[in-house]
Amino acid sequence: MKVRISDDAVAIACGADAIAAAFDRAGAEVERVSSWGMHWLEPLAEIDGIGYGPVSADMVAAIIAGDAPSIGRIEDHLFITKQNRLTFARAGKTRPTSLDDYYASEGWLGLAKAREMGSEATIAAVLESGLRGRGGAGFPAGIKWKTVAGAPADQKYIVCNADEGDSATFADRMVMEGDPFMLIEGMAIAGLAVGANKGYVYIRSEYPHAIAKMEAAIIASSHLIAPFVVEVRVGAGAYVCGEETSLLNSLEGKRGEVRAKPPLPALEGLFGKPTVVNNVLTLAAVPWILVHGGEAYAAFGMGRSKGTMPVQLAGNVKHGGLFEVAFGITLGELVNDIGGGTASGRSVRCVQVGGPLGAYIPPAQFDLPFDYEAFAAADALIGHAGITVFDDTVDMAQMARFAMEFCAIESCGKCTPCRLGSTRGLETLDQIIAGKNVEANLALIADLSETMKFGSLCALGGFTPYPVMSAITHFPEDFK
Amino acid sequence: MTTIADIVAEHEGREGPLLPILHDVQKTFGHVSEDAMREIAGALNLTRAEVYGVVSFYHDFRKESEVRPVIKLCRAEACKARGVEALVPIADAQSRVKVEAVYCLGLCSVGPAAMIGDAVYARLDAERLTTLMANA
Repeated sequence: MKVRISDDAVAIACGADAIAAAFDRAGAEVERVSSWGMHWLEPLAEIDGIGYGPVSADMVAAIIAGDAPSIGRIEDHLFITKQNRLTFARAGKTRPTSLDDYYASEGWLGLAKAREMGSEATIAAVLESGLRGRGGAGFPAGIKWKTVAGAPADQKYIVCNADEGDSATFADRMVMEGDPFMLIEGMAIAGLAVGANKGYVYIRSEYPHAIAKMEAAIIASSHLIAPFVVEVRVGAGAYVCGEETSLLNSLEGKRGEVRAKPPLPALEGLFGKPTVVNNVLTLAAVPWILVHGGEAYAAFGMGRSKGTMPVQLAGNVKHGGLFEVAFGITLGELVNDIGGGTASGRSVRCVQVGGPLGAYIPPAQFDLPFDYEAFAAADALIGHAGITVFDDTVDMAQMARFAMEFCAIESCGKCTPCRLGSTRGLETLDQIIAGKNVEANLALIADLSETMKFGSLCALGGFTPYPVMSAITHFPEDFK
Repeated sequence: MTTIADIVAEHEGREGPLLPILHDVQKTFGHVSEDAMREIAGALNLTRAEVYGVVSFYHDFRKESEVRPVIKLCRAEACKARGVEALVPIADAQSRVKVEAVYCLGLCSVGPAAMIGDAVYARLDAERLTTLMANA
């Protein structure tokens, strides 16, 4: 009997290793696979397509005997059937570092296509797909690649931004732990397209499993992507290093300070050379685009938000996990229908979309479609598409305070609006929470927010006003 | 016994080697000392101030070893939404184990979450956290 159990960090953190050992002791053949991304069911055990979860040690015997209640065929579960899994097509099905499993599931076909088509046609495919940077900036990937391809230089780089520091995000981690060859293939295709022979994956140090899996996958596939070479570099606990220029400085061995743009990294990036800096999901989307065509990718989505977004349902949510879907689905459908509302059973008071720099959105705005432009028009952002659900016990004044606190802790220190603004903002919110000069201090926060929004060098200081002002605007009662 | 010179030599030929070197030093010695910074600066032809600037910038590098066991407890938004703040007083009520705030372990739908070394733990409650601290 073959049992598939994930070795993704969520599964392990929920006890999957002990369950795997129990099945092994009971005589089953255990295969460690990537996670299906149905986190509320982890540790999930799959036997012949049927899912059991969350599995505890005392259920193992019954499962093997065929006596235990199941969730039915995992592939037929609504959480899965409602998705458009292009990037996460292999999630739950393959062993992450098995080249056999990768080859058997369209692996390396994208790179083969790119080698066949050549650089110009490869870039054209990415342009046609409408793929936009999935890290949060949403800049058209094809235009970035074209810029780098056209820049004359003796050395170019592909830098994969795997510093996924936003709360409520884990899609990058799941790709690196669950389908590392896909990311490597995407980087190799990018290298071919722009003329770069070296790639770096900058992975945050808080992701030890992702680091280990990527290093193993790189060793296993180096001969397949040659002459392109990929190297893992590990971050050192600084959230700001998720900002592309801060990341480049960190790679160069410097303090993770943000650089002014221009010059754009595409022209003067790592060590001053033309560099493609792309998020994990952006690069991971590329093999599918090469295999199936840019037009096929662009057939998903709405407006200028083409393709699919791996949404991450997190926080106080009943059905948390990875939900990859075409742009256009509404926030309400994601939170209530798919997510099932709160885990606590209490009402949803608000959600935060896009991580710590994202706006807090009340249920009244849940008809917002997942679309870069629609969110921007509502003074919100999609970012890396993490959604944190909060129930009605949340204190929004404390959340606004945390936004300033986090900015102060993580500020690179280079620009005054962020470095000083966050510190003073934290002090001022403490005064408000203590009930001192509330009206005057709220006005001060609004004024400070404008300074930070328009005066900061990067989105850390620049977007901190989003969670702060949205909390004050939508939940004024918490600030009285 | 690995020396600073050994570590630096291992990264010979690497572009931008400072962070990889500092990670290895932190892992081997538990901290990055003044002497280590001096030696690394010399080897890489950087000033001591530059190296100090890098070491002091990143949360991961300690200037002194932490002798106590360390538990990294996530206190970012998603874990707050799942109740981690109520666990903080339990951590604060003892001092045998250093419970450090970390902001996001990527386990955002199964929090509260914590990391000890490379081991990850999710779905924490008061009882589970107390057990983790006791066994740390």
